[in-house]
Amino acid sequence: MSLNNNILVKLENTGVMIDNKWLVKGVSLEVKKGKIVTLIGPNGSGKSTTAKIALGIYKNIEGKVEKFTDKIGYVPQKISIDWTLPIRVSDFMLLTEVLTDDEINNALKLTGVEHLKNNDLRNLSGGEFQRVLIARAISKKPDLLVLDEPVQGVDFKGELALYELIKGISEKLGCGILLISHDLHVVMSATDHVLCLNGHVCCSGTPQSVVKDSKYKELFGDRASTILSVYEHDHDHTHSPDGTIETKK
Amino acid sequence: MFDDFFIRALVAGLGIAIVTGPLGCFVIWRRLSFFAGTLAHSSLLGVTLAFSFDINISFSVLLISSALALILLKLQKSTKLPNDALLGLLAHSSLAIGLVIIGFLSYIRFDIMGLLFGDILAVNKRDLLVIWIGGAIILLILKIIWKPLFASTVNYELAEAEGMKPEKINAVFTILMAALIAIAIKMVGILLITGMLIIPAAMARNLANNPKQMIIISIIGGLLSVTLGLYSSLQFNSASGPSIITAALVLFVLSMFNIKKFRQLKK
Repeated sequence: MSLNNNILVKLENTGVMIDNKWLVKGVSLEVKKGKIVTLIGPNGSGKSTTAKIALGIYKNIEGKVEKFTDKIGYVPQKISIDWTLPIRVSDFMLLTEVLTDDEINNALKLTGVEHLKNNDLRNLSGGEFQRVLIARAISKKPDLLVLDEPVQGVDFKGELALYELIKGISEKLGCGILLISHDLHVVMSATDHVLCLNGHVCCSGTPQSVVKDSKYKELFGDRASTILSVYEHDHDHTHSPDGTIETKK
Repeated sequence: MFDDFFIRALVAGLGIAIVTGPLGCFVIWRRLSFFAGTLAHSSLLGVTLAFSFDINISFSVLLISSALALILLKLQKSTKLPNDALLGLLAHSSLAIGLVIIGFLSYIRFDIMGLLFGDILAVNKRDLLVIWIGGAIILLILKIIWKPLFASTVNYELAEAEGMKPEKINAVFTILMAALIAIAIKMVGILLITGMLIIPAAMARNLANNPKQMIIISIIGGLLSVTLGLYSSLQFNSASGPSIITAALVLFVLSMFNIKKFRQLKK
């Protein structure tokens, strides 16, 4: 067996230039089976662009992308459904895959939106829509899941449950996950590999090594580097910018 | 049975309605109504070429419409002009070139009105064959590409990411549109084919709550429009093509009343 066997997608020094402006440049990464790779970075730092490079949505790119699977589940950052198109949740579930009624029900149940099966897709709230998007992506039992801010607009309790679910899916299906998230807590606690982007790769590695990187601190501020400690031992206080101790609300 | 001109017109119209039903839904979903109009305008050029070189009208219209669609794709990539401007440019310049060429073909007596509005009552048996066999092929291909076409209609990037090859599918869809216009142009004319595509589909949107239902209602709406339109043209001695479109409009207006009532009942 070759070493490549576990790699699902591999980016080598990739970049995209549109209208003479680099959206992102020099990104290398690989997603392996059963691993979660996370992209973090400020707005406009090229996270979604990097995900789209990995998915093959951009055609004219610098560098090289190799995909070793066709079974891909994608949760895009934004999707809008035009009024002219009447479409129910159950129609949307079948968008790129043939599924039985049971499979649809099970996937919707996992993300807690089974009761919305016959609703019009446009009448869902933001959080409900995200749950449907996640259900659709996992119902195909993909080898590779690409999740672009999958829990945006989901309530706090649901957010944690959905991250648990995503982690559970990756363990159960053994699929690789490329995740984009703003929630540094989740990123740092559930991820195998972190890439910190700001138009290029600032730093990358395990969550433990990334939080200690000075470039990470520069990008996210000092507060962000305390995040890992929250998970390592539960703090009952935080530090304000001038160093004084504030008790947690 | 096909010896009666009215029966032939009816059979031709019904055949076209079955194809415009589903294609019209995609035209509305993908916001292509102006694109359909552009293809139809360019068919005048196709018709004049058919007369100039003595080739089959449907074939030359298909050729010109497909070429036009390709030119549009090229223009979209190479200029920054918005889509509607490009479509207007192509629609009217191809129409103008067609009219200029007609002027040179003075030895042929052209029925311009017939080209613009069609002459469904002049359909012969061979036209019927072209409509029904051509229509069946278009529907068959549409059924084969249904899943990727629908996926890329809902979201292009999602379809691309999950291996639905939207670029290729869009090209196939464009050719299907050109083929429909090629087989229908003689019957309903350049100006009215877009109406046949859009009005029954728009009516169906008012009544449907899922995509397949919308397609079925759109087909039924088209069939009703053709039947009502043709019979009333017989009754009132009105022009047949415009009567069909008027009937479609009446159905559309009725469907608007329906949703208002339906909403009131829900409250």
